[in-house]
Amino acid sequence: MKVTFMLNGRAVSYDARPDEMLLEVLRREGWLGARRGCEDNNCGACTVIVDGKTVLACATFAAQVEGRSVTTIEGLGDPANPHPIQRAFVDAGAVQCGFCMPGMILSTKVLLDETPTPNLEAIQDALDGNLCRCTGYVKVYDAVQRAAAALAAGEETT
Amino acid sequence: MTTRYDDTARDRSAPDPVAFDVVGRNVEKVDGIALATGRAMYAGDFEIRGTLVGKILPSPYAHARIRRIDVTEARTVPGVHAVLTWKDLPRVPHTTAGQGYPEPSPYDTFVLDNKVRFVGDRVAAVAAETAEAADEALHRIRVDYEVLEPVLDARKALAAGAPVIHDEPEAHVVIPVRYEPERNLAAHVHAAVGDPATAFADPDAIVVEHEFETQYAQHCPIEPHVVLAYPDDQARLVIVTSTQVPFHVRRLVAQALELPVRRIRVIKPRIGGGFGAKQEVLLEQLCAALALAANRPVRMTYTRKEEFVAARTRHPQVIRIKAAVDPDGTPRAIDFTVLMNTGAYGSHALTVASNTGSKNLPLYTWKDVRFDASVVYTNLPVGGAYRGYGVTQGAFALECTIDELCEKLGSDPVEWRRNHHIRAGESSPIFEKLGEGKPGVPFTIGSCELDRCLEVGARAIGWKEKRARRETGPFRRGVGMAALMQGSSIPHIDMGAATIKMNEDGSFNLLVGATDIGTGSDTVLAQVAAETLGVSSEQIIVLSSDTDVTPFDVGAYASSTTYLSGEAVRRAAAQVADRIRDFAARMLDRPKDTLSLRGGRVHSDDGRSVSLADVGTESLYVSEQEQICATASCVTEKSPPPFAAHFAEVEVDMETGFVKVLKYVAAVDCGTALHPKLAEGQVEGAVLNGISYALTEEYLFNDKGRMLNDSFRHYKIYSTRDRLDIQTILVPSYEPTGPYGAKSVSEININGPLPAISNAIYHAVGVRMRRAPFTPERVLAAIREKDGV
Ligand code: FES
Ligand code: FES
Repeated sequence: MKVTFMLNGRAVSYDARPDEMLLEVLRREGWLGARRGCEDNNCGACTVIVDGKTVLACATFAAQVEGRSVTTIEGLGDPANPHPIQRAFVDAGAVQCGFCMPGMILSTKVLLDETPTPNLEAIQDALDGNLCRCTGYVKVYDAVQRAAAALAAGEETT
Repeated sequence: MTTRYDDTARDRSAPDPVAFDVVGRNVEKVDGIALATGRAMYAGDFEIRGTLVGKILPSPYAHARIRRIDVTEARTVPGVHAVLTWKDLPRVPHTTAGQGYPEPSPYDTFVLDNKVRFVGDRVAAVAAETAEAADEALHRIRVDYEVLEPVLDARKALAAGAPVIHDEPEAHVVIPVRYEPERNLAAHVHAAVGDPATAFADPDAIVVEHEFETQYAQHCPIEPHVVLAYPDDQARLVIVTSTQVPFHVRRLVAQALELPVRRIRVIKPRIGGGFGAKQEVLLEQLCAALALAANRPVRMTYTRKEEFVAARTRHPQVIRIKAAVDPDGTPRAIDFTVLMNTGAYGSHALTVASNTGSKNLPLYTWKDVRFDASVVYTNLPVGGAYRGYGVTQGAFALECTIDELCEKLGSDPVEWRRNHHIRAGESSPIFEKLGEGKPGVPFTIGSCELDRCLEVGARAIGWKEKRARRETGPFRRGVGMAALMQGSSIPHIDMGAATIKMNEDGSFNLLVGATDIGTGSDTVLAQVAAETLGVSSEQIIVLSSDTDVTPFDVGAYASSTTYLSGEAVRRAAAQVADRIRDFAARMLDRPKDTLSLRGGRVHSDDGRSVSLADVGTESLYVSEQEQICATASCVTEKSPPPFAAHFAEVEVDMETGFVKVLKYVAAVDCGTALHPKLAEGQVEGAVLNGISYALTEEYLFNDKGRMLNDSFRHYKIYSTRDRLDIQTILVPSYEPTGPYGAKSVSEININGPLPAISNAIYHAVGVRMRRAPFTPERVLAAIREKDGV
């Protein structure tokens, strides 16, 4: 079957089996920023945004995004032009191995879209599904706060 | 060529930190944006068309012999290209431990064997065009097992008549150490200084003796083990793998598959965390064997369940510790008796056990010491290298014992430690007595700011006020602490090398075998090169760990990268800087010794200068042409310990036994923090992992040896909602033998939470938790027992 949806601002139509997970299809099509950490919806490495909400791509059938709008980490910024959230994570020193980071950053995007100036507790609640074994989360909290400030200062270009 | 440290040649006094331009500053992490934008490539992201999926048939039994194995049907499944059992592979005993040659771990493993030794051990492997076809093929393998009695309790492994786990005649060791597989003894370590018995018998001495127990735990890198192996157009084997030890992978795959080393190329891409889990050559042999059998690229990816069950774990230990101090507090004698469970294979068995002693016993000035560790095989998951490397388990026993001694002495735990820890200029006999499979290396401590760590850490947690507090009521708070040391590299054993070559624009390629696994070592090594060459770190283009391209390095372990590989980089850069001065001397017509490198230029003392771009262009295109380039190696003479003081404030719920960590302070002397933010990140990550290990992480098994909680749903690791408040304080010191004064930082900080939290629980509610993790059930039971309920 074909699944047709908006991906990072463009219409795409991908082959997928009915029982195939979105993570499988995205990675096959080259959207490798969605990471495979556990494949049983417990780590958050595969987080993507669907219609403004975070979703675990390993626990979502590809067919479920038919007609919807999906954002992966590749849709946020690129190395020449990183999104302010991505910049903030690097500047805060929150990126270690980086494997959890696409999911972490996309969860941050959804959080800041809904709550532009979150307090620490709100950040902790929003990122709870994104396990990170490297950072201890301390610099992640700082990154989210820096990102919030940067976005508030109107640096967002996208 | 290997040059060794010359201590006398280096300035021992700490230079003013502002004397550095690049080192000590938070420069941009070289791969930061690539990682944050999701563009960085991990082993699972490399695509070659036609790559097959490799999968493993796991053993359902903890201990069994394979009587017959029939793969005829499996081979007929459409899309299946290779099915391998033990019959198809050379029978080469080896170790999966990613250590230097000759490895201190026993050769007790085969790529595939006719015996399985734990639930999840590998029985057979297939490579197929799709995951479904691979699963179907696994399903059609017929195995006839002779089920054997398993050993599931480490305390019973050495008993007479216990089932023998490694009864194969090939199991052996390649260094002269005690190894008795016929009685399940995988390693034995013994060391003594004087005789502790005298002090223990002294009626005036204050003596404490207890048993501590630590549990199975897993590293849980968010990226599991992933390997892509393919035969290339030269009939060589290329292995792209999530490893901490690329050069050991090359050597071990060559050994296990009986291939020449020259036919193998190992590439380390970005790595999604290691923590020791990937200091293991685990999947590479099997994936390579499948790729050769199928003559196609094959990728193997551990599922999270396989990661828990069949990757490596932290070795559980039972430690009996006895310590004596004089009535004035002076440390007299200590005795560590360790029973360590290495599971089904002896990976890192000897060395982890050695480190339990060698990096805990020197911390205080004991006069008499005895250390005895027996490492036993069981039919349970396999131990391995895990951040802290045995020191974690030992620090728990030691630092809780010190807390108890202080209570008996009526001493403040911070004060006692301040009075009795090892200092700069001192040595410990343990350094020489306990090596890694051979005698250790004696050395004196070159830098130690533990006093300052104790002072600033105590202040940050509010030690004095909070220690004086005694709480009653349903929620009781308490504070506890621990002092810690580790090492930096394995002296006289580990080697790291670096190559630097200059480009015409004044930039440099830095090629290192050192292995950035997310730690930021590429960035730190670039800083060392940049500092030495007088350029900004953006001028350094780092390539790490491709065995065809970069020089050798043992890899990312033993807290060695900054200290050992960093020094190799500094030496290579110094040689390149020297050659640059030769060119600039001609270009400026000035004596070489008047020239220095700064700000991307070579400056003469007469005020003139030439840019590095001009020097680079001159050397490549204009006159006396040559590639300015140097390779340098480093083997260390010392393993200078980083030191730390950790403080925990907890709140214990008297109703439920639930322990909440309210605040955690880690004050750390890691020498010069070459990149303070990355160093802090190492501390924070290690502390969080340590807290998670102290309070929740633990393997649960059924009575057949099967792990019951093999997913993140049932094996909880700490997340943001645990709302930990971790404060890191970097206390500067200057290690005279380290590059720009650096020691190490990555491992030490995982060792603090077990003892600091246990001591804090005691302060809060008066129960000593000597068995980890401190789950609500255990804490509540201890409270009830104390209250006589
Ligand atoms: S891979 Fe989807 S939650 Fe872990
Ligand atoms: S940075 Fe490594 S898992 Fe988060």
